[in-house]
This record gives sequence, C-alpha cells and structure tokens, in this order.
Amino acid sequence: MSNWHKVCRLEEIPPRGSRVVPHGAGSIAVFRAADDHVFALRDVCPHKGGPLSQGIVHGHRVTCPMHGWNVELDSGEACAPDHGCARRYETRVEDGEVFLAL
Amino acid sequence: MDKQKLVVVGNGMAGIRAVEELLKLAPDLYDITVFGAEPHGNYNRILLSPVLAGEMTLADIVLNDLDWYKNNGITLHAGKKVTKIDRVKRLVIADDLAVPYDRLLLATGSTPFILPVPGKDLPGVIAYRDIADTEAMIAAATNHRHAVVIGAGLLGLEAANGLRLRGMDVTVVHLLDWIMERQLDQAGADMLQASLEAKGLKFLLGKQTEMLTAAPDGRNAGRVGAVRFKDGAEIPADLVVMAAGIRPNTALAESAGLYCNRGIVVTDTLQTYDPKIYAVGECAAHRGTAYGLVAPLFEQAKVCANHLAQHGIGRYQGSVTSTKLKVTGIDVFSAGNFTGGDGTEDIVLHDKNGGIYKRLVIEKDKLIGAVLYGDTADGGWYFQLLKEGRDIGAIRDHLMFGDAFANNHVGDVGHAGASQAAAMADTAEVCGCNGVCKGTIVKAIREHGLFTLEDVRKHTKASSSCGSCTGLVEQILASTVGGAYQAADRSTKPVCGCTDFNHNEVRHAVRSMKLLSMDAAFKALDWRTPDGCATCRPALNYYLISTWPHEAQDDPQSRFINERAHANIQKDGTYSVVPRMWGGLTTPDELRRIADVAEKYKVPTVKVTGGQRIDLLGIKKEDLPGVWQDLGMPSGHAYGKSIRTVKTCVGSEHCRFGTQRSMSMGVELEKMLFGMWSPHKVKLAVSGCPRNCAEAGIKDVGVIGVDSGWELYVAGNGGIKTEVAEFFCKVSTREEVLEYSAAFLQLYREEAWYLERTVHWVQRVGLESIKQRVVADAENRKALHQRLLYALQGTIDPWLERTQGVARHEFAPLPAPIDINGEHHVELA
Ligand code: SRM
Ligand SMILES: Cc1cc2nc3c(=O)[nH]c(=O)nc-3n(C[C@H](O)[C@H](O)[C@H](O)COP(=O)(O)OP(=O)(O)OC[C@H]3O[C@@H](n4cnc5c(N)ncnc54)[C@H](O)[C@@H]3O)c2cc1C
Ligand code: SF4
Ligand code: FES
Repeated sequence: MSNWHKVCRLEEIPPRGSRVVPHGAGSIAVFRAADDHVFALRDVCPHKGGPLSQGIVHGHRVTCPMHGWNVELDSGEACAPDHGCARRYETRVEDGEVFLAL
Repeated sequence: MDKQKLVVVGNGMAGIRAVEELLKLAPDLYDITVFGAEPHGNYNRILLSPVLAGEMTLADIVLNDLDWYKNNGITLHAGKKVTKIDRVKRLVIADDLAVPYDRLLLATGSTPFILPVPGKDLPGVIAYRDIADTEAMIAAATNHRHAVVIGAGLLGLEAANGLRLRGMDVTVVHLLDWIMERQLDQAGADMLQASLEAKGLKFLLGKQTEMLTAAPDGRNAGRVGAVRFKDGAEIPADLVVMAAGIRPNTALAESAGLYCNRGIVVTDTLQTYDPKIYAVGECAAHRGTAYGLVAPLFEQAKVCANHLAQHGIGRYQGSVTSTKLKVTGIDVFSAGNFTGGDGTEDIVLHDKNGGIYKRLVIEKDKLIGAVLYGDTADGGWYFQLLKEGRDIGAIRDHLMFGDAFANNHVGDVGHAGASQAAAMADTAEVCGCNGVCKGTIVKAIREHGLFTLEDVRKHTKASSSCGSCTGLVEQILASTVGGAYQAADRSTKPVCGCTDFNHNEVRHAVRSMKLLSMDAAFKALDWRTPDGCATCRPALNYYLISTWPHEAQDDPQSRFINERAHANIQKDGTYSVVPRMWGGLTTPDELRRIADVAEKYKVPTVKVTGGQRIDLLGIKKEDLPGVWQDLGMPSGHAYGKSIRTVKTCVGSEHCRFGTQRSMSMGVELEKMLFGMWSPHKVKLAVSGCPRNCAEAGIKDVGVIGVDSGWELYVAGNGGIKTEVAEFFCKVSTREEVLEYSAAFLQLYREEAWYLERTVHWVQRVGLESIKQRVVADAENRKALHQRLLYALQGTIDPWLERTQGVARHEFAPLPAPIDINGEHHVELA
C-alpha cells in the first residue's frame, strides 16, 4: 500500500533540475520538469547505475551523466535503442508541497 | 475497378528490386505476375562466388523466398521462360501460358559470352552465371582435376578462386597482358596476380584460345579434355569455365520489335520505345551504357518503380561505378578513370613488400579515379569524393592517407580511440551496392533499436548485397549502440534532432537576433522540442554566454553535471577536485592544506595529474563546498569546456638552458584566462627554450622562449588523435604573448562550434584565414584581445562563491521524507 511522504516545497527543486532524497540504503531522485511536473525515480541508471539525478532534464526525460542514456521520467523506461528500467515512485504536488509515495 | 496488371519478365536482382520499391510506394496499384526462367525465387547472384568458394550455402543467398511472393500477392512462374511478347494484344507468352499486361517490365539480365570456338558445346564447358552453373562447378570439383577459366576479369578470378579452394588445379587464361584490365592498371594487377598465385592459381596471359578438344576415350570420354591455343600450346582441362564477358540479354525484346542497341534502349525514366514497356538491369542500355554491377541497377529500379507508381518524379542520370573483388583475404578496389590521360596527375603509393598499392588520379583538384590494392578501407571515401566531384585541393597532401587522416571527423569521444566507423562522416557511403550512407544506418539503429547485423540489413539493406562493407557496418553498430558520443561531419548536420539548424546557423542567429536566454532561443529558432535535449542545450548555453557576456543568462541546468557541480563526476557518483596551481607552481602551505583536506575527508586517491597539479578523487558531492572551503584554492576547472591548465617548465628562472622566464609567463597567461568558457577545453604550455620540456607542441596554444623573444604555436592536441601544433608567429615581448594568445583564443570562442577543439576549428577554417585576422590585422587583434578581457571582467572563482552559499541546493541533499502522519519515515535497508 502506498504511503505518502512530504519531500520539500516545489521551489526547492530547480526547474529542469532535481534533488536527491535519502531513502533506506540508496536514494531517490525527484525531478522537476520545465512544465512543473514532478517525477521520482530510484537514483540508479538502468545502464550501469549512474546517478540519474545528476543528468540533464529535457521534456519529460533525463539524460544520464555517465554514458548518455535517455530515461523516461514518468515510467523509468530507457528510450530506444537502450533497454532497461529505473524504479519509479508516485508523486503529487499540493499547494506547493511535493509528496512522494513510498 | 480492376487493378492494373504488371508483368515482370526476369526474376532476378534488378527486376525484383524494382517490384520491392514499387510495393513501398504503391502496394495496391497492380496485380503483379513474375516470370523467371530459373526454378528459384530471387537470390543474390553476387554471392554465388562465396557459395562456390564454400564460404556460404545456397540457402544463405536467398533474397526473396516463395512466401515473400505469396505474402505480397505476387504470382510467380518460376522455371518458365517467356518466349514471346504480343504488343498488340498486350500478352506475355510462355509456352502454354498467355498473361495480359497493362505495364510490362523487362529485367532479363545478360547472357555469358561463349567464345565461338570448336568444342564450345562439349560437356564440361560452362559459363558462370547462375545457380545451375555453380552447382555444375561444385560437382566437377568433386570428381575432376584440371579446371581452365577463360577470362581474368572479376567473374573469372572469383570462379578460379572458388574452384581452387575446392581442390582443383586451376589455370586462368587471359587474352591481354595483365588481369582485370578493365578495373586495374598494370602495377595493381601484377600485385593481385602475385597473391593469387600464392593461393595456388596459375596464369597464362596473352594467350588466345583456338579450340577445345574432347577427352580421348576412357572415363571422361566425350567430355572436354584440353584447351589448345593459337600458338599450338595445349593444357589439360576437365572443366572449362567461360568468363570472357557478358552480353545484355535482348533476344526477347528484339523479337518483340523493341529498339535495341547494345541493350534494350531506355530513357531516363527506364521506358523502352514502347512506353508501356520498361526495362531495368543488365539488359537495359541507358545513354549507351549497359551496366554489369548491382549498384546502378538498383538506382534504375528505384526510378522505374517511381514511374510505375505514377509518381512521375525521379530521373535516372547514369552512374559512376566502383568494383571490389570478392576473394577472401585479397582487397582490391577501383573506381572511375584510373588510367589517367592528358591533364591528369597521379599520386601513387607502392609498397611491394607490404603488399599495398594505391593510385589516385587527379584532374584540376578533383579526384577522377582510384585503384586500391591491399588496403581498401578508404575506398568508400574516395568513391564519394569522386562521385561528388569535390575540390580536394585543400586536403591533397593528405589525400593518400585516407579519410581519418585527411579530415578530422573524429568527434569528442573521450579517450577511446576512434574506430574507422567513428571517423566516417554521416554522409559517407558505407554500402556501395545499395547506396546506403552511415547516417542512414545510424538513424535506423537509433529509431528501430537495432542490435544485429541482420536487423541493419533488413532495415537499411546495407551489406545485404556483396557484403564487402560488413565489417564497417558492424563497427557502426558497435559505436552507435554503445551509447557513446558519436562522431560526425557536423558542417551541414543539424545541431541535433531538436532543430534543422546547424551550428553555424545557430551561432549566427544568437548574434543577429541578440538572443539572451535559452527560452528566447527555443522560441526564435522554433525548436521542435519544448526545451531541447542533452546535446543542444549545452551548445546553446555556450553560444549565448560567449556571444553576449554579462548580458545573456548562464543556465546551470543546461550544463553537463561536471560544469554544474564544478567537479568531475566519477563512475561511482563521487567527484574529483583539482585545485588550480598557477603554472603548475605550488607552496608548502597549499600542499599542507591539500594534505589536511585529504585526511579530513578521507579522500581515497590523491594523484598528480598530467596537467601539473593535484587531483583529489572520490569526494562525496555534499562534501564539495567544505573541501573547497578548507583548500582555500581557486578552481582548476579540470571539469570544464574552459581554460584548463597552463603547463610550464622551470625556464631561465632556474634552468641552465633557459632563455626566457617561462614560469611567470605561464602564470600571467593563466591568470588572464581564468574563468574562460570555450567551445571545448583549452590547454596552454610555456617552455623556456626549444627543448620544450612543457610540451608546448601539443597544446591549443604553445609558447616557446627563444633568445630573441617567444614563438607561438597553435592548434596542438595531445588527446584522442595527437596533433602537433602549427607555428603561428614570433613575438618579442611578454605583452605580445598575452595579446596574441588572447586574440587567437577569442576568435576561437567566437567562431568554433561547441565541442570543437582548436585543432578541428583551425582545420575547418584554415590557419591562413586566422593568421590574417590575428597576426596581420593589428587592429582586429587588439579588438579581439579587448573583447576577451571584457568577457572575463569580474570573474569570480566558482568554488569561493559556492562556499558562500551559491547554488546550495546543488550540493545539499534533502532531508529524509516525512510521513504525513507526522513521524519521521525510517526504512531499514
Ligand atoms: C585527471 C587527468 C588524468 C591524470 O590523472 O593526469 C584527466 C582526466 C580526465 N580527462 Fe584528460 N585528464 C588529464 C589530462 C589530460 C591530458 C594531458 C594534459 O592536459 O597535458 C590530455 C591530452 C592533452 C589534450 O587535451 O590535448 C587529456 C585529454 C583528454 C581528452 C581528449 C581530448 C581531445 O580533444 O582529444 C578527454 C575527452 C574529452 O575531453 O572529451 C579527456 C577527459 C578526461 C576526463 C574528464 C574524462 C571524463 O570526462 O570524465 C577525465 C576526468 C577524470 C576525473 O574524474 O578527474 N582528457 N587529458 C588529467 C587532468 C589534467 C588537469 O590537471 O587538469
Ligand atoms: C558470379 C557473379 C558474381 C558477381 N559479383 C558481383 C559483385 O561483386 N558486385 C556487383 O555489383 N555485381 C556482381 N555481379 C553482377 C550482378 O550479379 C548482376 O549485375 C545482377 O545480378 C544483374 O541483375 P539483373 O536483374 O539485371 O539480371 P539477373 O540477376 O541475371 O536476372 C535476370 C533473370 O532473368 C531471367 N530471364 C532471362 N530471360 C528470361 C525470359 N525470357 N523469361 C524469364 N526469365 C528470364 C534469368 O534467368 C535471370 O534469373 C556478379 C555476377 C555473377 C554471375
Ligand atoms: S583519465 Fe583520461 S585516459 Fe585515464 S581513463 Fe580517464 S579519460 Fe581515460
Ligand atoms: S550509467 Fe547511465 S548511461 Fe551508463
């Protein structure tokens, strides 16, 4: 069952940027697209585990800083020609607060 | 209404390719019927040679199996030879069958030329054209010994090679003095002959066959037994292969009263004199030429299909052809006019022992012909220069050494060496048979997520015909699917998929429209994507801030992580910190602080870099501001497309040979350039004398002290492909060193494309034009110098800023998320 958690205020995440949220052993990358949509993925690239949070955000995608894979923010799926998937988490934004389902 | 009826005579490579092209354009326009004299589907005739050589099986070379015909609703009459065309009733007649047509396509290929000598009809005398011939040869090889191949052209040599590999004792007989005279000059031919002899083939040149004599009674009674020549000589032969040329197969067309002249004469739309009847392939004569290679036939097929589909665009203009010999282990390539003539010049490389021969024929700065033997890797590139009639004046000196050397397509691909594929331009042709260029292959790989050679063949047809480009295609696959940065000829190419504008156009627009922000640029240049991609954003950001310093807004989110975090990301997600040591000089105090930091933050690796400074590797991102604080040293920008290092040698301050004070000169240069962003990294070096201990010869700007002053060298590069810097000018004062270096670098900043090192920029625009504007034109030089100083005015050390709180969010992780029921969320791993 998903359990909502408060992360931060929207403006604490730069547009076309991300913040890292500690979570158990690893961490979660919370992205903010230019259109203020917020997405959350496990901060581990499906290719070789690079930190997606450090990538360049464009549209609803992020490009991994390590070898340039593109990953869909909403599904965590790698874009063709690459194959793989990063775990995604539900998010929602309510009057400026960002929430994450864990 | 009823579909129109299209009948195709000839179930071979050209005819079926035309049908394939037609189905792409207008799948439902026609009811299609195909007649083929051979009892098979369409197969890849080219690959009969590997089959004969035992390198492939017949199954491997099928292009369209019977299901393909079924699935596309095509009626195939395999093994039926069309004997008559009734153009009045519009009927095609094959013995008992009579099939009506609205449009008729003739693709009857050609028939081998059989020498009109006595004995030509004896059993054991065959041509080399189809599966039946190939099977006959394979059979002969199993129970006969002596083979004689008449004709030392492509076909003859491939036949001879195959028979030799199947254990026969093979002699190649040729009328002329050297082999493959239609494709090779004598020097190339002699080397080829030598290596074929090394494979066990025998040659008889300048011999004219008089007759074929039957074997005396015995096991082979009635079968061919020997070949006799005009000079009386005679050699044993249990198998004679006639490979003395082909003739366009026009018998059927002529009997139907169609005008033929060395082939069925066709127009630029591949129509015969009866506009309802088309002809493509070896049987057709276009502007007086009947081609004998697939590449031009495939071009004809495309145009023909276009007209059958009633699109009416597209004209066939004739083709320049190139040939490759398909004998495994032997590389021969030739194209265009390689014999030369008046007004032509030769560039020749002849390495007998190395087994390499290259001849390039040039006419008025254009490449018009090429013969390559032993190393044909650049055949595709030469062929392209030739077809496009490009002006090779500029690269002439390097032309002989091939694409990768003459041009610098090599992109910015980290330290990995560039494969031949990576060095090819996107527009370069990879598959000559099907006219597929690298760009198309890469695109297909990307778009359809292709991984195997087979997939690429299916989607692009590259390497699906003669197969000699297979190696290249595999390289391209590797470099593309690897997700690595992909090299390309960027001069005409759009910046990326988000726009149609190339780098030049974007740079120009940023200036002329005074674009000051990312979003302004997206809007003004109507980018396809809402906010670009990881390729165009960093480029755009650089163009904005370099064109409009102090006005355009720098966008950290459009910078690669290293430039955003001002440190180098490591494979494990930690960072490296390289503090600046001006000119490679440091102090006990700095070293102490570095030591303390290394201990305090448990830095796993401390390394002396190749840039005369120290690298602290393996630092957690959140520790970066603290590390910078404690170091109290400015950023070394070891992470940026920016000024990196100025290496120095000790120079006259200490060195017994030193003629100039190189250390302090280096420090002055580095301080002037501090904080300079550039299209790519910029590295300088200053040496105190020509012994050049600071390696100024491979730097973007290299300065070498001499008694009378300083020598400046530019556009060196010690990386992926070592490039020796070129002499720029000689100056006498330190002020001039600063001014000339600054001016050169500012011109680079204003003109080069993003990710273009100085060497690539200089090669693109030419050193002369740069000297004109920097060395010759004093006024312009001073203006450039001033513009650089202005851009760098008030630069603040990015590390210092960040220790004072700038961009804190970049380094501080968020607190653990709070369960909205109040209590802290803790999860055990
Ligand atoms: C640290 C260092 C190796 C060392 O321990 O010595 C180094 C490390 C890297 N180099 Fe280098 N290069 C280092 C000196 C060099 C040199 C030697 C020099 O500068 O005198 C060269 C050849 C000279 C030149 O650049 O012309 C060099 C040519 C490259 C290249 C190829 C550039 C080219 O145009 O061919 C790359 C790839 C690139 O830039 O895309 C590269 C890229 C890299 C990267 C940034 C790879 C990456 O993108 O992560 C490495 C970062 C490691 C890290 O995380 O710290 N490094 N690299 C050196 C840092 C020098 C410094 O103090 O700033
Ligand atoms: C051994 C060999 C190696 C080759 N290597 C190369 C190479 O490396 N590179 C290259 O570019 N080219 C090569 N070629 C040449 C290439 O195969 C031909 O240029 C190409 O196949 C010509 O295609 P086409 O459709 O015009 O003729 P074909 O492919 O010969 O097709 C013609 C078809 O029409 C049929 N036909 C003829 N008359 C009738 C009729 N009246 N009724 C019904 N059917 C009829 C024939 O049986 C034949 O099947 C090679 C050829 C051979 C034989
Ligand atoms: S430091 Fe340079 S050479 Fe060494 S691995 Fe990294 S990129 Fe390659
Ligand atoms: S780890 Fe992300 S692309 Fe390689």
